[in-house]
Amino acid sequence: MKYAYYPGCSAESTARDQYMSVKEVAKVLDIELIEPKGWTCCGSTPAHHTNKLLSVSLPAANLLMAQKMGLDMVVFCAACYNRMKVANHEIQTNPKIRKEVSAALCEDYDGSVNVRHFVEVLVKEVGIKKLQETFTHSLDGLKVVNYYGCLLVRPNEVTNFDNPENPTIMDSLITIMGGESIDWPHKVECCGGGFALSRTDIVVELSNSILGMAKSSGAQCMAVACPMCQVNLDLRQNDINKIKGKDYNLPIVYISQLVGLCLGISPEKLGMDKCVVSPKPIIEKVKVF
Amino acid sequence: MAIIISKDKKADGLLNSVEEISGIDVRSCLQCKKCTNGCAVVNLVKVPPSEIIRRLQLNDDDVLSSDLVWMCASCETCFARCPMKINMAAVMDALRVIAVRKNLSKQKGNVPLFNKSFLKTVKMFGRTYDLGMIAAYKIGTSSYFQDTDKFPMMLKKGKIALFPSFKADKKYTKRIFKGLSS
Repeated sequence: MKYAYYPGCSAESTARDQYMSVKEVAKVLDIELIEPKGWTCCGSTPAHHTNKLLSVSLPAANLLMAQKMGLDMVVFCAACYNRMKVANHEIQTNPKIRKEVSAALCEDYDGSVNVRHFVEVLVKEVGIKKLQETFTHSLDGLKVVNYYGCLLVRPNEVTNFDNPENPTIMDSLITIMGGESIDWPHKVECCGGGFALSRTDIVVELSNSILGMAKSSGAQCMAVACPMCQVNLDLRQNDINKIKGKDYNLPIVYISQLVGLCLGISPEKLGMDKCVVSPKPIIEKVKVF
Repeated sequence: MAIIISKDKKADGLLNSVEEISGIDVRSCLQCKKCTNGCAVVNLVKVPPSEIIRRLQLNDDDVLSSDLVWMCASCETCFARCPMKINMAAVMDALRVIAVRKNLSKQKGNVPLFNKSFLKTVKMFGRTYDLGMIAAYKIGTSSYFQDTDKFPMMLKKGKIALFPSFKADKKYTKRIFKGLSS
């Protein structure tokens, strides 16, 4: 199994743990991830706020690199994933945009590179059966809420990731890892996303609501698949506690880290020491199958 | 909710501009308010998405100064639930572009400055450089001490890079920016 792999800029800063865990998990499962040489930023929210053409051209530049490698593009960051899917959609459905993007890239791109989220690769390509056979450790009934956020599931016509109101792909992973996946109503609510720096007040409000629902649903930890959600819910959690008078103490981990633990990879190699809210209760719970 | 639009406002084609930039037909809105009911920030804003659409249909320029323009988190729940498939997120993007052009974007948090600081590092290095972006944004908003308590811990955990990445094909990104500005 061989893919072009786009880590996204956060892999070099706030989401280094996500990067480490994806690499380690891929290694154990024989998934070859090759980074396109010189990959560049997808533009994220600031690009689509500013200029539609820029917001399509920046991801398209990277998709063109994957096309030249003859590989599908695998992404973990939900924001990058979304921008790439949107870029493909725009280029495929709007000839004017395709022409303008081609002019910006000095090369034509037809919008045809498959973009896959790492979780999709795990569940749909590696497959539940092989994962079950390969897992050496179990989450041993750990109560997990899966938080999908916005950018994986919306707009559904474009990302086609899972059911946009009640996705279950991450839940299926937690279940085969021996965890208890909790059905809860905030799977696809918004955490405040790109307002992590500019409108922290909005992040506090929205993330507080998500953390509150996770706690009252009985969660012992939250699994995420987006670096922006992870930062808002983990790094900002202490502020939320102070402002809202709460004491959540809820570990927020990447689902790739949980998969890594069940593959017998050490927490250090998965970057779990980088979590702000200690994931120790999770690590202690994991046991050999 | 009563919407009062003063008569002295001349319709200068805001609706047309928004539809042109976004490529979205906002005239088909039925005012069912599913967008407003699902909006993540509806409890925090004065003007909900369904009202933005109605005001737009009436060519009301005041929507450009609505709080939702810079408080919308682009979560796209509105679009996902719209029975008429109106891409509200794209409409909001168009409103932001026009608001910046008309210099009507001075709102709490100065999101346009954040966007500018972010894109500047992308243009320079090909990838985002958090510290550079944060510095530019903090200087511009005089929010020097916000979150500084977190920096030592983030540095220790390697959650923020001291230096920008030099691995990106920055010439490529520069060319894209240059091509689009000309």
